[in-house]
This record gives sequence, C-alpha cells and structure tokens, in this order.
Amino acid sequence: MASLHRVAITGIGLVSSLGEGVEPHRAALKSGAPPVVDTQAFAPYPVHVMAPLELEKQIPKKSDQRQMEPWQRIGVYAAGLALDDAGLKGDAAALDRLEMFVAAGGGERDHQVDDAIVNGLRTAADPAAFLNERLMKDLRPTLFLAQLPNLLAGNISIVHGVTGGSCSFMGEEQAGVDALRLAVGRIASGQSDTILVGAAYNAERRDMLLLLAAGGNLRKEPSFAPVFAPERGGMITGSVGAFLLLEAAELAAKRGARVRAEIAGVRAGRARREQGAVASEFRRLIGALGSFGANSLGLSAASGVAPWSGEEREAAADALAHAPIHASGDVLGHAMEAAFPAAVALAAAMIDAGDAKEALVTGAGHWRGEGAAKLIAPGR
Amino acid sequence: MSTHRDKFGRPVVAVTGLGIVTSLGQGRDDNWKGLTAGRSGVHAINRFSTVGLRTTVAGTVDFLPRGDGSSPELSEQLATLAADEAITMSGLGRKGDFPGELFMAVPPVEVEWPDRLALAKASGREPADYDAMLAAAESGRFHVIHDRFMFGGVAERTAERFGTKGSPISLSTACSSGATAIQLGVEAIRRGETQVALAIGTDGSVQAESLIRFSLLSALSTQNDPPQEAAKPFSKNRDGFVMGEGAGALVLEDYDHALARGAAIIGIVAGCGEKGDGFHRTRSSPDGRPAILAMQAAIVDAGLVPDQIDYINAHGTSTPENDKMECMSCRAVFGERMSRLPISSNKSMVGHTLTAAGAVEAVFSLLTIAHGRLPPTINYKLPDPAIELDVVPNVARDAKVRAVLSNSFGFGGQNTCLVFTAEPVS
Repeated sequence: MASLHRVAITGIGLVSSLGEGVEPHRAALKSGAPPVVDTQAFAPYPVHVMAPLELEKQIPKKSDQRQMEPWQRIGVYAAGLALDDAGLKGDAAALDRLEMFVAAGGGERDHQVDDAIVNGLRTAADPAAFLNERLMKDLRPTLFLAQLPNLLAGNISIVHGVTGGSCSFMGEEQAGVDALRLAVGRIASGQSDTILVGAAYNAERRDMLLLLAAGGNLRKEPSFAPVFAPERGGMITGSVGAFLLLEAAELAAKRGARVRAEIAGVRAGRARREQGAVASEFRRLIGALGSFGANSLGLSAASGVAPWSGEEREAAADALAHAPIHASGDVLGHAMEAAFPAAVALAAAMIDAGDAKEALVTGAGHWRGEGAAKLIAPGR
Repeated sequence: MSTHRDKFGRPVVAVTGLGIVTSLGQGRDDNWKGLTAGRSGVHAINRFSTVGLRTTVAGTVDFLPRGDGSSPELSEQLATLAADEAITMSGLGRKGDFPGELFMAVPPVEVEWPDRLALAKASGREPADYDAMLAAAESGRFHVIHDRFMFGGVAERTAERFGTKGSPISLSTACSSGATAIQLGVEAIRRGETQVALAIGTDGSVQAESLIRFSLLSALSTQNDPPQEAAKPFSKNRDGFVMGEGAGALVLEDYDHALARGAAIIGIVAGCGEKGDGFHRTRSSPDGRPAILAMQAAIVDAGLVPDQIDYINAHGTSTPENDKMECMSCRAVFGERMSRLPISSNKSMVGHTLTAAGAVEAVFSLLTIAHGRLPPTINYKLPDPAIELDVVPNVARDAKVRAVLSNSFGFGGQNTCLVFTAEPVS
C-alpha cells in the first residue's frame, strides 16, 4: 500500500460498564480492579452492564433518543465523546466532510413481542395468518430502524451532523478490524483526511445471547473469570461504545490537535479454524507490522473462546518478548464489533499516558477473523 | 507493460466479469433479454401467506431449489450463482481459488421464526420465553443457528467457496450497499492493495416479517393487482416500492493486469461518489443536496463533466418521495440537459433488490454500455407533470452509451453513486 500519510488518533470516545472517558478504563486495566459484572440479570450468563449514562449530554433531543435502541444510543454517545475529544464537535464544516466507518451489529428484537408470538404460533389454528396479524399489530415501526446496522451511522449523522459519507461493516469482531483497516488505508493513501471509526455493542440482550449460546460460545458460570484464565469457558459479553477520530497527521498538526497515538498499521486475516491455524495466522499478521521495541505493551481483544484466544495470546507474546499483555475483555467484557476498536482506544490511551511507546493490539473473533494493529507514540 | 493511470494518477479499474440473478431469471442473457423486453419479474407472493397484509406482491426469486428457507441461505445461494458466472466470464484463477479480495453487500439477518419456534418446542416449556429458548440453545443441537445468522456468515462461506484472498468484507449501507461493495473494491485496487476484487451485492430476504417492516413504514406499493404493474417509477400514481430479490457480481481488475493477460474488458468503473445526509432516518434532505453532491462527486472522481454522461441508471424506487427528489437532484446536476438525458429504472421490472440493488444495477449499467441499448422504465402510463424526464418509457431503445451514472440512495442518509464507462480509457 502506498503510505503517503501518517495516521493519527486525535479523538477517543469510550463508554462501558466502567463509565465514560479513557481514564477509568486505563486505571482499571493498570490496577486490576474487579470489573463491573452483573451475574444475576442474565443468569447463568455474567454480563458487563453499561454504566448509567446521562444521554442528554450527547443526545440532547428526547425525540432522537426515542428513535434509537440501546446499541445505537451507546454508539451515538461514544461517537459524541470522540468528537468532543478531537475538538470537532459543532464544527459544521469539518463534520460535513467527516466520513464514518462503523462496525455494526443491529437486529435488536422486542423480546416481549417475540415471546408472545412464538407461544401463540404453537397453538394457532392458522400459524401463518397469526404471524402476519401479530407482526402487523405489534411491531414498532421504529424498531426496524434500530435493527438496520447502518442506522448507527445514520443516527450519528442526525445527532452530531457527521455527513461526509458512511460505510457500515458487518461481521462481528472482524467488522471492527476491517473498519479500522480500511479507514487507515483511506487516510494513508490520501483519499480522506479524517474518518470517525468505531462500533457499539449492547450485551444486555437475550436475543444476542441466544445466538451466541447456540454456538456454545458463552461462559455459563454466574461469576467473572479473566479472558485468559483456564476456567474461563467462553465469552463474557459487555456493553461498550468505542469510537476513534482518525486524522492525517499533517492535518492534526496544522490544526494543533492533540495526537494520542499513531496507527502504524492494521492487518486482517482469515484463518481456517483448526488447531494451531490461528496462532500461525497471527504470526503472519504481526510479522507484517514490523518489530516491537522494549517499551511496548500488548492489548488483546480476545473473546475468551478456546482455543482461539490462547493461540492469539501465544503469537502476541512471541512478538512482544517480555512486554505485558492486557486483555481488554477483563475490564470491558467482550464487545463483539466494538471489541477491536475499544482495544485500540485503550492502547492509544496508554501510549498517550506514557505507559508505553508502542502497542500491539490483537483480536481473534470468537468464530472467525483475526486482526492485528500496531500503535506508536506520536512522531514530531 | 504500459501503465494506465486515471486523471488522478490512480490505477484504472476494469470490469472483466459480470454475473446476475433476479426475478427475471438466472444469468446475463435471460436478465438482459427480460429487461430490454420490458418484462416484469414481480408476481404474487407464494413463499409465505399474505393473509392480512397490505402488500402481496414482490420480485422474489422462486426458481431455485429451496433449502432451509432462511434468508441468509437464499442470499448466499444467489450470490454464489452470480459470482460463479462473473468469475467464469473473467477467466481468472481456478475453481475455488480466486486471486483477489471479496467485498460483499449482504442483508442484515436475524434468527427467523421457524428457528425460534424450534427452540421454544425444544425447551419443553409452555409458554417458553427467551430464557427457555436460551436453555434449549445450550443443548448443542442448534449450532447451525449461530453460523447461519451471524452477520459475517454469508461472506465467510462465500470466501471459502471461491477461495478469495484476505479478510472478506460484509457491508451494509441499506439500499446503497451493492454500490458500496463496488466502491470499496475499486478503492482497494486504486490503493494497490489487491489487483483483483470480487464485488457482490445479494439479497434473498423477502419474508413475512421483512415485508411487514417496510409496510409499517408505508414504503411499499399496495397496488397488488396486477402484480407486474405495482412498480411504476416516475409515474404520477406511484405509491411505493416493490421488494425484490437477486444478486449482482462484478470482477474488478486493475486495467493493466487485465490487459496483460488478454482479458476481455467489459467496461471501467471510472468514478465513485458518496455523501451522507443527516436530515432524517428515512427521508432525504428536501433540497436534495446530499444526492446532488454524491452524483457530482462520482462524476468528478471519474474525471468527467456532467455533459459526458450519456444515461442515468436511476435509483427510481417508485416511492413518491424518492422519484421526486431524484428528479430534482438530477436537474440540479445536469441542468437544462436533463430534459433530454435518458434515465430509467430497472426497479420497474425487478423490484427493489435492496441490499443487492447497487450491484444488480451496476451489472445492468455495464450491459447497457456493452449492448448500446437503454432498458425502459415500464408501467409508465400516467406521467407525473412534476417529473419531466425522458424515462425511456415502456420500450427499450438503442443508443450509443459511453458513460453511465448509477444512483443508489438509502435509509440512514446513504447516497452512493457510480460512473461506468466504456473501454478504452480516455
């Protein structure tokens, strides 16, 4: 790839069970304080539940709040934090040019409606007619707009005025990797100079737990266990919103923006999920990012699903020699599409705070996709 | 080897393979024949009961063998057929070993009613709530539900089947998704990340619930009788779009790479333009500014001026609002010339193929250039005096076409426009 421009992170928006902003997250990662996990609400599944948010701070209009489901509110909130952090909030001209790459899930269901219909279907004389009748009466038209993945970007456009154009990537964890990778590609090649990249995940949904449970991916003990602990036994999901403002380094310098870190490279892979294949795919991806110096740290967005998480860690550890590897899931929970962007946000915050000069961020999706990124302290 | 560059010094992106499936049939020949004959693929829905529904017609694809009946499965099947045709045409790679990256527009999916019902029954509880279904899901007997309904699943399996390289990309930009897939493929080639890309848009998601969702937004035509006349873009009595299914696939290739291997070049993706709209979740800005800017950006990106566009493949959904807004925006871009510049809507025949539309219409745009024939807008019986356009009414006609602008506008403020041109590159 023709890399004409360095890519700077000039804004971070992070919100999770630990609250908002980078500081509580960085502190938790460094102190190893116990995470905020609800073991009752979705028992037997533990879930990192979102901290209470004052939505008005980022989504002033109640009418806008009502038009969104939780995952979109989380995302619009986090995007607003990133814009604030970058000093772009309210800069109409800059926002009208600002592009968005969003990794999105969506598909939130109305659980009450689903429960009522599924039971009605079991006894209905004419199930098809019953289904049509109930759906016509019970579906909220606005729910559809919360089910469309690209409506997170759509709501960011409406609420924050970001209208340079947007692209929404689907595909669980890897969508977060690819959104970042292609955004970096656009800026590095000079096609764009600013892109808002990120994702949101609402873990407090039985519909999503259902899908993950069907795949046998969830930890089923009502207690927390660290991502890389042998007893982890699967994912503990967490509600997270994570957005990054990426900017060509020259532009950041010109407008005097504070650069928290630079992204030196992002790689994405697709290993066949067989024993050992994920580790070797990560070795290839990490190798392509170049070497890591003594003052480095690792941040893993691993899901906790074996054996892939362990293979990811093994490859990262090899590349980092003795550097510490933090699991973002230990403080945030696993946040699917938002997992990788959130890990990059944490790595940038740690570099910004002087915890390290370089960071390797890795993430193996719970069933597909591998991603790796290299962050470095800002150049002069 | 000569090195061709566009006006901005970037590699030129050629199209060397096309594949398509719609309600008009499977493959380029059947589709082009149907499209230029003014045939409609819209029909009464028989996939599910339409009792109690306001809309009972769609351009579903019903001629393929049905598997489990789920949307992701049909979407994958349609994509496979289109991709297979496109790759075969391009002559690239070997079976199961496509030498480039995959950019795929796939419809968002959710667990469907038959699966929910199966989980509820398997729970042994009555009534069964989500917790009961969750307990059933843990049995290990429903692994297929996970793999089928994960958003990345269709592209993952498509990548596996065709042996594409790199991380397969799944995109969703509502009704412009297909155009976005092509746009990102073009960008990857221009950046030199890959010399070849497979861009696909697919949608096989016409189900009772998906139809009802659009119906509750009053987006669909309710003029069900006769079905083939429900989609009537630009007509005064248009009353909504008709859902359609299909897939379009394009093999995108660095022009020099294609020349070097002596490939037949179908056309060039010369320009891509996009603009967001923060006006409303489903409605476009009343002044049409985002659509205007997206069209202008695509034309500029192609290194052209508006006068060089010979034909517009319209978004043309047949909703009262889209067609009016599109007409107004085209007038702003093309000025006085818009009265004479032909613009037609494929959706009058294949319905709105939603996630696939941008790719399906890209295939039709390139076939328009290749055949020198403009597909019509059918069902144009009652012109709308507020929309004065040459919509190529009802009957196809021959025309020399060197550059086509293809429009895609979607919910959530998505506006993506593409410009296709004939070879050779100027």
